[in-house]
Amino acid sequence: MTDAAIRVRGLVKRYGPVTAIDGLDLEVARGETLAILGPNGAGKSTTVECCEGYRRPDGGTVEVLGLDPYRDGDALRARIGVMLQEGGIYPTVFPPEVLATVARFYADPLDPDDLLERVGLADSARTRYRDLSGGQKQRLSLALALVGRPEVVFLDEPTAGLDPQARRRTWQHVRELQGEGVTVVLTTHLLDEAEELADRVMIIDRGRAVAVGTPAELTTGEQVDLTFSADAGLDVTVLGAALGATVVEERPGHYRVHGAPTPAMIADLAAWLASRNVFLGALRAGKRSLEDVFLTLTSETSVAAEAAAAGGRRRRR
Amino acid sequence: MTSTPIRPAPRPAATSQRVLAQALLELRLLVRSGESLVVTFGIPLGMLVFFGTVDLLPLDAADPLDVLLPGSIAVAVMATGFVAQAISTGFERKYGVLKRLGATPLTRPDYLVAKGLAVAVVVAVQVVVLVAVGTLLRGGVPQAGPGEVSGALWLVPVGVVVGAVTFTALGLALAGAVRAELVLAGSNGVFLLLLMGSDLIFDLPEVLDPVVLATPSGALGIVLRRGLDPATWSDPVLAGRPGIALAVLAAWGVGAVLVAARTFRWEP
Repeated sequence: MTDAAIRVRGLVKRYGPVTAIDGLDLEVARGETLAILGPNGAGKSTTVECCEGYRRPDGGTVEVLGLDPYRDGDALRARIGVMLQEGGIYPTVFPPEVLATVARFYADPLDPDDLLERVGLADSARTRYRDLSGGQKQRLSLALALVGRPEVVFLDEPTAGLDPQARRRTWQHVRELQGEGVTVVLTTHLLDEAEELADRVMIIDRGRAVAVGTPAELTTGEQVDLTFSADAGLDVTVLGAALGATVVEERPGHYRVHGAPTPAMIADLAAWLASRNVFLGALRAGKRSLEDVFLTLTSETSVAAEAAAAGGRRRRR
Repeated sequence: MTSTPIRPAPRPAATSQRVLAQALLELRLLVRSGESLVVTFGIPLGMLVFFGTVDLLPLDAADPLDVLLPGSIAVAVMATGFVAQAISTGFERKYGVLKRLGATPLTRPDYLVAKGLAVAVVVAVQVVVLVAVGTLLRGGVPQAGPGEVSGALWLVPVGVVVGAVTFTALGLALAGAVRAELVLAGSNGVFLLLLMGSDLIFDLPEVLDPVVLATPSGALGIVLRRGLDPATWSDPVLAGRPGIALAVLAAWGVGAVLVAARTFRWEP
């Protein structure tokens, strides 16, 4: 009837006087991968936990695979796979026994030994959970989320604390899921992760969705600037005159040219730098990075948060 | 490297399979935990052997083992059902294990039944070991003399089962309500209080009899002694009490289940 795996309408969730989620809409098609991006405390985990049935919404509706996660939890839980942000596993357990136990909760699970090998834990079979490395713990957690062959997988910060290599391996697992038609919802505050994996990205801030779209849609904004890095302290007035645009040094050595980055302007910039023998560090034109979008959309909060934190520190002194 | 495709096809297993899988895991973890083995096996067995061979306790029984055997069985039930379950469940909650299990087809009743099964297996092994060691030390099974009410051995399994359920429920009520560190301290403290407020290893003065009968530990002790201690067989007062004691014990269990159902939190 509907091809939406997840449909959230007007979700409101309060913790005491704090409104964590404030009228959030969200839809994920079957087989789609959605990345939920946001600063810490934006409501990423709360949103996901409302979809997993852990939290009862204070307002709005949540539907996952046509079921109400809170009311029909028992029916839904067999069909979803959940990777919690951290922990959730007995400290003294060995990876194969916990995976085999959870596999037996399902009628037709993946083969636990195969899966263990697939996530690269076959060599850690005799290591207790508490002695695994951070990356190994995350991979066991991922295996537990997958062993029941779920239709929808929720990954809450799946690569938090992983080294770049382990992160890439996790990305590979997520791509395999996508290839098999599994719906994936992942939260992250890593922009490259969202850009790399997601069909669509939702940026949330203070419990509201501030932007939703494909990574391409989000990064093609109206304001297209040229940014570059070079030595700090260039004379932006002279450079601006040479380029016929306003140039701002946003941080030492990082410059933004307000104006359409035409090929001619880039040539002018290169010539200007060449005439002063200045080396160009990085140059980006035509498309904002997801990081730019993210920082622009969420900057107000972080500034306010930093001010509050600074105020708190001062008061304590 | 093998690459098994996921091919989404999730279906929960039958309830019995889920419960059994979880119960087996619980048992393996329990056997693996050294601290827990000391509490569940070490304390009751040590009590039985030590006080059974060294004549220290001022017990007016014909043979101290008549009191010690039912006493150590009661202690084993309390240690396994209450202390060990409270602590392990408290830390499982703290570590997010309960939350994680909540995202699988294992339902909450499944989980509680699995825990109960694991406790039942451990308690059964304990009772067998304690009875075997007690009989060995005593040099035979207690016999009813002429004119005495016969020993009500059936009270032993009944008391053990009702006691195990009651103390497990009490342990879960504690584990679900307060922080894991408090559970650790609290369960041991309550265990000591329960031990002192009962006739399990001491003979408390008779004025305290109502107190003993009112505590779950005292009630369990009375039931088990009526089954195993010949001194209670000839005493019409003692002989008449196991019914009330069993009722008291069961009432504690019902109360604990009600409290646990209201206060138990699954999240850290």
